[in-house]
Amino acid sequence: MSKAMAAKSLFERVWDAHIVSAESAETPAIIYVDLHLIHEVTSPQAFAELRARGLRVRRPDLCLATLDHSTPTVPVRSLKELEIVSEPAAAKQVIQMEKNCSEFGIELRSFSSSERGIVHVIGPELGATQPGKTIVCGDSHTSTHGAFGALAFGIGTTEVGHVLATQCLLQRKPKTLSVNLNGSLPAGVTAKDIILKIIGTIGVAGGTGYVIEYRGSTVSWLSMEERMTICNMSIEAGARAGMIGPDDETYEYMARRPLAPQGQAWDRALAAWRKLPTDADAAFDKTVSIDVSRLKPMVTFGTNPGMVIPIDEQVPSGDDPAYRKALAYMQVEAGKPLAGKDVDVVFIGSCTNGRLSDLRQAAQLLKGRRVAARVRLLVVPGSQQVKRDAEAEGIDAIVRAAGGEWREPGCSMCIAMNGDSVGRGKLAVSTSNRNFEGRQGSGARTILASPLTAAAAAVTGRVTDPRELMS
Amino acid sequence: MEPVKQIRSKTVVLAIDDIDTDQIIPARFLTTTTKTGLGKNLFTDWRYNADGTLRKDFILNAPQASGAAILVAGNNFGCGSSREHAPWALLDFGISAVISTEIADIFRNNSLKNGLVPVIVGKDDHRWLVEHPGVEVTIDLETTTLAFPGGRRVQFPIDRFARYCLMQGLDQLGFLLEHETAITQFEQRRA
Repeated sequence: MSKAMAAKSLFERVWDAHIVSAESAETPAIIYVDLHLIHEVTSPQAFAELRARGLRVRRPDLCLATLDHSTPTVPVRSLKELEIVSEPAAAKQVIQMEKNCSEFGIELRSFSSSERGIVHVIGPELGATQPGKTIVCGDSHTSTHGAFGALAFGIGTTEVGHVLATQCLLQRKPKTLSVNLNGSLPAGVTAKDIILKIIGTIGVAGGTGYVIEYRGSTVSWLSMEERMTICNMSIEAGARAGMIGPDDETYEYMARRPLAPQGQAWDRALAAWRKLPTDADAAFDKTVSIDVSRLKPMVTFGTNPGMVIPIDEQVPSGDDPAYRKALAYMQVEAGKPLAGKDVDVVFIGSCTNGRLSDLRQAAQLLKGRRVAARVRLLVVPGSQQVKRDAEAEGIDAIVRAAGGEWREPGCSMCIAMNGDSVGRGKLAVSTSNRNFEGRQGSGARTILASPLTAAAAAVTGRVTDPRELMS
Repeated sequence: MEPVKQIRSKTVVLAIDDIDTDQIIPARFLTTTTKTGLGKNLFTDWRYNADGTLRKDFILNAPQASGAAILVAGNNFGCGSSREHAPWALLDFGISAVISTEIADIFRNNSLKNGLVPVIVGKDDHRWLVEHPGVEVTIDLETTTLAFPGGRRVQFPIDRFARYCLMQGLDQLGFLLEHETAITQFEQRRA
C-alpha cells in the first residue's frame, strides 16, 4: 500500500466507515447515521411526511429526543402548566412533539425527565455522543458533537425525514480544512475567544464546503467542554462540521456515562476509538494556523460572528453599504471602542456556553458583586444535569445574590422563540453563537462574548475586559 | 414536488452580503408545525415596520418587484441555521431561484429538496446582475445555464443528482427507500 493511500484524516476514517453506497458522478453517497438528535422545532413536518406515506421510524433506538427550543425557562411540570405559560403556537409544537414521539416509539426527554436539556448539551452528557459516530440533527449547532471525534452536522427537515425513515442520508463528500491552534491560552481568555478569533480570521463563509478539524498543541490542552464550545461555532464559519481527534481527555469525560459502552464493551470501543485520530501525513484541502498565546477576550461589533475584535481595539472602518448597515443597526461607530458601551441585558447560556464550566467562570466574576442597576442578567443552564451540578456548588445562589435570574434549561434567549428575548433596540452581551439582526428578538442588538466577558458586563453595566475584574 | 426545468423571470435584487436564515425567516415564526404560509413573514423585520405596516423603502415591497421569481442576493446567501423554513418561506412568497456568488451548504441542500434553485455565479456576472435589477433572465436546468438579456449564457454548478430530481419532480426519500437491502446489510455487517 502506498503512503498516500494509507494516510487518512479523522474525518475520512469516520466517513469511510459509514458508506452504505458509494458516491458516483450521478449519485451522492448513502451515509449511515448512528445517532439522530431530535427536537420540537425542526421535526414536526418530517413526522407528518412519514405519517402521510405510511412509513415507520426505522431505528427509534438510535434517536435521542428532547424539548429545548420553544420551551419556557420558568418551571413547567406538566403540559397543562405549559399551556398557561407558553405562547399557544409554542405549546402546540411541544404537544405535537410528545404525540410524534409516542406514536413512533421514540423515547422523549420531556418536562418530567431529569435528563432534559439543550440537545447538544445532553448528547455528550448522557454518553450518547461518541468518537467515530455519525451524528445529525435538524439544527446547525450539531457540529458541537465533533469535539468527541464524531462526524456531526446539521440537516434540514426533509433530511430529518430521510433519517427517520431510512437511518441514512444522501451526501457528497465535503472537503477538509485543518485549523491548527498553537500556544497556551492567556488568563481570562477562553475557548469562546478562540473560536471567535477563528471566525474573524477565515470569515463567515471561509468554511463553506469543508469539514474543519481543529488540531495543534492548544487543542490537546483544552477540556471537553472547551472543545465543544469551539466545534459548536464551526457553522458560524460556514463549515457544517468541526472535529477534534479523541484522546485521553475524551475518554475520561465519557467513562461511566449512562449511554456510553460499559465493561468489556467499553474496552472494545476504546480500542477502536484509539485508531481514529488523523495520521501524521494525512492531507487536507486547506490549512489555517493561529497562535493563541497573545489572544485577548473577543467581542463582536456587527451583525455576523465574523465581525469581531479584541476587546481593547476599536471598531474597524469599512465603506461598503452592508458594513455600514451593520454598524448602524448595532449603533456602533467605526474608530471607537466597544469597551465602555452601556449594556441592557446579559445572557449566559446556550449550546455554546451553557455547560458547568461556563457557569463556573461566570460565577467566579459574579461572586460577591452586584449586577449593575439597569442590567438584566439571565443565566440559563444547558440541561437539568448542568442545573443540578451548578446548584450543588452554589452557583445559583451566587447568581441570585448578584441580582441575576436563574432559570430552567433551554435554548432561551439565544434564539428567542420561547418568550425570552432581549427587547427592541436593547443591547445584549451574550454567550450564545449568533449576533444576526433580531436573533435575540426583533430589533435586539447582540455582542457575542465569553462567559467571563458577559459576567463582567453584567456587574459593570458596560462592555468590559473581564481581566480588569480578575485578581 | 412539481418538476422544475426552466425559470424565466425578471430579477429582484437584494444586494446585502451574508443574508442569514434569521433574516429570511426569524425564529419566532418557527413554532409552526406545517410548511405552509411562511411567505407572509419572509424577511419580516426588513419588510415591515414595528407597527406591522409595509416599509416602502424595502425592495420586495416595491411595485417593480411584483412577480419577480428570481432573487439576486449579495455574496454568501443563506448562512446560519438549518431551518428549512427559509426555502419554504421564499417559495411561498413566489421566489423560485436565488442567485449569489456563494450559497451556504445547509440552505443549498434544503433548497434543492424543495424545488428552489440555488444558482452560483462569478463575481463579474454577479456585479452585472446587481447593477441591472429587474432584467429578465432564464435559468435552464437541462443545460445548467443562466441566460442574460441578449442571449449570453453562463454555466452554473449544480449536483447532478439534485438536478435530476428537480427536473423529474422526484423526492429523494423514494431513492433512499429503494436501498433498503443495502441498508439492512450494512446494519448486519456492523452488528
